[in-house]
Amino acid sequence: MSFSNDTTLKLDSRPEVPRTVVANASGEMAAGEEIKTATVGQVTVANPVMSARTVNVHYGEKHAIKDVSIDVANNSVIAFIGPSGCGKSTFLRCLNRMNDTIENARVEGLITLDGNDIYDRRQDVVQLRARVGMVFQKPNPFPKSIYENVAYGPRIHGLVTSRADLDEIVQTSLRKAGLWEEVKDRLDGPGTGLSGGQQQRLCIARAIAVDPEVILMDEPCSALDPIATAKVEDLIDELRENYAIVIVTHNMQQAARVSQRTAYFHLGELIEVGPTDQIFTNPRHRLTEDYITGRFG
Amino acid sequence: MSRSASADEQRRARVAASLKRRYGAERRFRLYGQLAVLVGLGFVALLFVSIFSKGYSAFEQTYVRVDVNYDPEVLDPAGTRKPEDLADGDYGAIVKAALRATAPEVESRAELKQLYALASNSAPRALQARIAADPTLLGRRESVWVLASDHVDQIVKGYIRRDESEESRGVTDLQIKWIDALRAKGALERRFNRQFFSGGDSREPEQAGVAGAVVGSFFTLLVTLLLSFPIGVAAAVYLEEFAPKNRYTDFIEVNINNLAAVPSIVFGLLGLAVFVQFFGLPRSVPLVGGLVLTLMTLPTIIIASRAALKAVPPSIREAALGMGASRVQAIVHHVLPLAMPGMMTGGILGMARALGESAPLLLIGMVAFIVDVPRRLTDPSTVLPVQVYLWARSSERAFVERTSGAIIVLLVFLLVMNGLAVLLRSRFERRW
Repeated sequence: MSFSNDTTLKLDSRPEVPRTVVANASGEMAAGEEIKTATVGQVTVANPVMSARTVNVHYGEKHAIKDVSIDVANNSVIAFIGPSGCGKSTFLRCLNRMNDTIENARVEGLITLDGNDIYDRRQDVVQLRARVGMVFQKPNPFPKSIYENVAYGPRIHGLVTSRADLDEIVQTSLRKAGLWEEVKDRLDGPGTGLSGGQQQRLCIARAIAVDPEVILMDEPCSALDPIATAKVEDLIDELRENYAIVIVTHNMQQAARVSQRTAYFHLGELIEVGPTDQIFTNPRHRLTEDYITGRFG
Repeated sequence: MSRSASADEQRRARVAASLKRRYGAERRFRLYGQLAVLVGLGFVALLFVSIFSKGYSAFEQTYVRVDVNYDPEVLDPAGTRKPEDLADGDYGAIVKAALRATAPEVESRAELKQLYALASNSAPRALQARIAADPTLLGRRESVWVLASDHVDQIVKGYIRRDESEESRGVTDLQIKWIDALRAKGALERRFNRQFFSGGDSREPEQAGVAGAVVGSFFTLLVTLLLSFPIGVAAAVYLEEFAPKNRYTDFIEVNINNLAAVPSIVFGLLGLAVFVQFFGLPRSVPLVGGLVLTLMTLPTIIIASRAALKAVPPSIREAALGMGASRVQAIVHHVLPLAMPGMMTGGILGMARALGESAPLLLIGMVAFIVDVPRRLTDPSTVLPVQVYLWARSSERAFVERTSGAIIVLLVFLLVMNGLAVLLRSRFERRW
């Protein structure tokens, strides 16, 4: 089964790669689903954890996201790349409704998690954020102890009944985040006393302590030095075994290193999605090519 | 383009010339700042020196030693020895007899009157209290230190000059003679003035104390703190974290800012109209005073609390929300603890202002002359700044030092309050 990519690109009048009909990789799209999209490449995957269909975001007058449709696959990393202000972070924040906190932000379209509309009125936003965790650009541990940072999520969601369980979760989360060996002797020390890279891994440990299905990462390494960045990237690669990960990054090498799929955003539109290898070696769209070859961005 | 040596030279010379000007400006700027600080410190020092030098003597009071004879004929003519009959005894006569014994040469009625005026009119009550405590004293003699009158006290402290005319100084030459004689005998002594710290107001300066005003201030501030801090913080949290940003909330914000600038006496009128006249609450009581000061303090606390909430980095809110905390959880668990020190600073400022406030309290009747130390929130009382005002306009000379003394007590009250608040705040403060 295939769908046709028949809309015109409003964006670019320059000669571009031929608008080919893109086959769905698995061919297992829900019968009859036809996605009207300007995006080049394969926006859908088999058994997506999350899917977005024709999502539009307005900040007051500003039309920040235009008709974006994309799937997030399980056990893989998808990277959102694009120049500053292209809307990749905005779109990321739609996936766990963090845009709700922004006054006059309006989200339209359908975003589902396991087939359920997350913007449905019956969807509890607290419940959603327990399933879709988030790691922010700047490490933002709570000004509490390392232990309390990790224990916070399980505690507020009532995931544990005993102190021993909580200790267990804190330890496994810190282990998964590769931080346990470094902090096991000072769990009562302040989380903000760690180095930047350690703080970011603490934030990742905090996010995985509630065992989410999807982890959103908004430029998680932009405030880190190369060594800390390498550690976080290794961590992301490991976490892929258990979680679906969406990462926004400015750093194209990083996208190439950690992700399996890459999506290129430009001025609020999703230009191209595809396997990371293909996007970086053989981009189909002219804008994607310009961006990754460094002609702008 | 090649560089010309002479142009370089010229540029360097110009920079050098401007450097001198810039450094000069910097030096002057720093000098102005230092001068401003010095002037400010100078005035504060002047204030403190003036108040303390005038006020410290209020903490001492002159006592006179008299040899009293607890004559049963005078105190208990019926001979019942019952406490109620003993309480009715003529203790004034006992004091007078004791005073006569100190100057046996005095005969005339006019002179005797002057002699009796040496002791405070509270002396009979002091003797009565001694008998009540120990009835076996009856029929015995003892030496007792009783309060001297305020004139004696002022002569002893040197506030009434001896070279003034008799009329203007209020103390006769004869009295001065007796005072000197008593001093020579060691029967006149300056002692720590317990009455000043334990007693209420009095028409007689030597008996007047600040305890009533201190307790009144304490009760009033207690009401103010218990009402204004929770209400102020709740209002700030709602306005800052929950309220939609629209015309109505803008309107509320503008009005809160305006309220902070309203003269305090207006709040007094409001309190009089609403609390006293409409709700029928009693006048002159700390409860109403606290309510009025709450109205006055609320805007300050709301504004400071909102600023403190704004100063909490948004990343903390995002982190909590991103973890799936509800908005209330994010605020209660993370934002409020971080904003608390700032809110407490606002609270301290508001309380300090409330403590020094007198105008609105005058209007609700807290300026009344009240002798008893209040025990409840609904007992009539006054507050420290009003007490200062009351004493400052009293004509007796001995009230001058008491006014300064009350100001010292007010300042100490303020210091203790602020000290406690700073202590509390540092406990809340995150050290990382």
